[in-house]
Amino acid sequence: MSMFDGFKFRNVSSPIHRIDPRAKFFYVCALFVAAVLFSQIIPLLILLLIQMPLVIIAGIEKEWVRSLKGSATFAVLIFLMNLFSLYLYGSYGSLAQILERSLAMTTRFIVLIESFSIFFLTTSPDLLGLALEQSGIPYELCFAFTTAVRFVPVISEEAQTITDAQKARGLELEGGNFMNRVRKYIPILIPLIVNAIRRSLELAEAMESRAWGASKKRTNLYILKMGAKDYSMITIALVILAISAYVWMFIQIPTLVQIFNL
Amino acid sequence: MIEVQDIYYTYQNGFEALKGVSLKIQKGQFIAVMGQNGAGKTTLVKHFNGLLKPTKGTVLVDGVDTRKVSIATLARKVGFVFQNPDRQLFCETVEDEIAFALKNFGYSDENIKKRVDWALNILDLVQYRKVSPFMLSGGERKRVALASVLAWDPEIIVLDEPTIGQDSQQKERLRQFIVQLNRQEKAVIIVTHDIEFVAEIKPRIVLMAQGKIIAEGEASEILTNAELANQSSLVVPEIAQIFKSLRDLGFDGNITDVYEGGKAILEKFGENR
Repeated sequence: MSMFDGFKFRNVSSPIHRIDPRAKFFYVCALFVAAVLFSQIIPLLILLLIQMPLVIIAGIEKEWVRSLKGSATFAVLIFLMNLFSLYLYGSYGSLAQILERSLAMTTRFIVLIESFSIFFLTTSPDLLGLALEQSGIPYELCFAFTTAVRFVPVISEEAQTITDAQKARGLELEGGNFMNRVRKYIPILIPLIVNAIRRSLELAEAMESRAWGASKKRTNLYILKMGAKDYSMITIALVILAISAYVWMFIQIPTLVQIFNL
Repeated sequence: MIEVQDIYYTYQNGFEALKGVSLKIQKGQFIAVMGQNGAGKTTLVKHFNGLLKPTKGTVLVDGVDTRKVSIATLARKVGFVFQNPDRQLFCETVEDEIAFALKNFGYSDENIKKRVDWALNILDLVQYRKVSPFMLSGGERKRVALASVLAWDPEIIVLDEPTIGQDSQQKERLRQFIVQLNRQEKAVIIVTHDIEFVAEIKPRIVLMAQGKIIAEGEASEILTNAELANQSSLVVPEIAQIFKSLRDLGFDGNITDVYEGGKAILEKFGENR
């Protein structure tokens, strides 16, 4: 679960938390496009660094580092896969070039993780649901989405309790070959799934008894309105996007290998 | 048998659930751990079979440090019945459910059959042998969970909130059952809020508040102490309240159950009949 911990929203307030989810989502998309445009390490490092102020303003350094730690395995995997495939099939010359290229690909992954984790760490599931709803997505879907997000911690806690209960009955999860180990998770998965289904049925009944879906047109207590800070977030995203596009089209980006003449 | 030496436990989220708890549990003792929600009751008992390891301090089970052995090894000595049976039942039949732990512990087929029969009998589940546990009522599921632990006959039995969701008849059955277990020299530890239930069976009481043990002693002392009850959000049993207010008439203020109360009244007024 450690990787997902890095995306779990915590209810604190910061300027970044208060920005409209739609504006933040636009920013994430812009960053995504920019990161995919470049495959050289210098622009990718810049993209990594320009996001740091956001992390600091939002006060989510600790969680952010945790999300990076959680994705470290993937990062290493991406690095190694690039390294091997470039070494075996690539047309790159020196080892330094291959290393740089692999590092760049890993940095790209980290940039993506960074921007997504900024988004999810600073956006409450409720606001996200509201934003989806106001973007014209049917309420049923938005509700399903926010409920799913909200139940993740509940289910993970339940999984822990079930694991404890089965361990107390002598279940040993460690050891054995792969198939054996998969089989050992059955005593945990079955109660977990049964309870999840049971819980959703109970939730459905409780919702229906509180007049879920009684009127076609729902009104909301809170309505999201884009303000100055939201537009400035979008502007920042647009500027990043514009600069990236310009650099990508007109500037020959040197690699570190060229700069240092390795 | 169990020796808890000044343990501290802090959860991953930083919540300090136990702050220096020491406790000794002897063979054949019957203990109720009581206290309000969040006092650390369940956290404490989860240390008994090694589900949790203390952040500081040690827990010894039969002289062995729980940090040094696997939960499965400890579980053979310490049977732990969880509060909610739905968080452990998963087999197709009640019979398989009871056999699950026995298989984990590597009992022979013949032995498993014998012990399953015994456990089904003792908890009055024989007629459900081939039924899916998911088809049973809440109280019955709870009994299946209990049977699935008792089957391997552990020396120490921990019951987390055994009375929740049980009607009064089932509670009475459970009471008799616990007394019976205790008679077989087993240590029984229950975690509960149910003060009326405790008042009737009179275990030794360990009272907890805010991660510490605030009192330990006999039920008649602790349950009648209004100040302690207040500190741990418990309500003194009704019978005890009545006899306390009748102390001026010469009644003992430490009466906690109906049977004793009746006897005391008869002793006092019986001669005037």
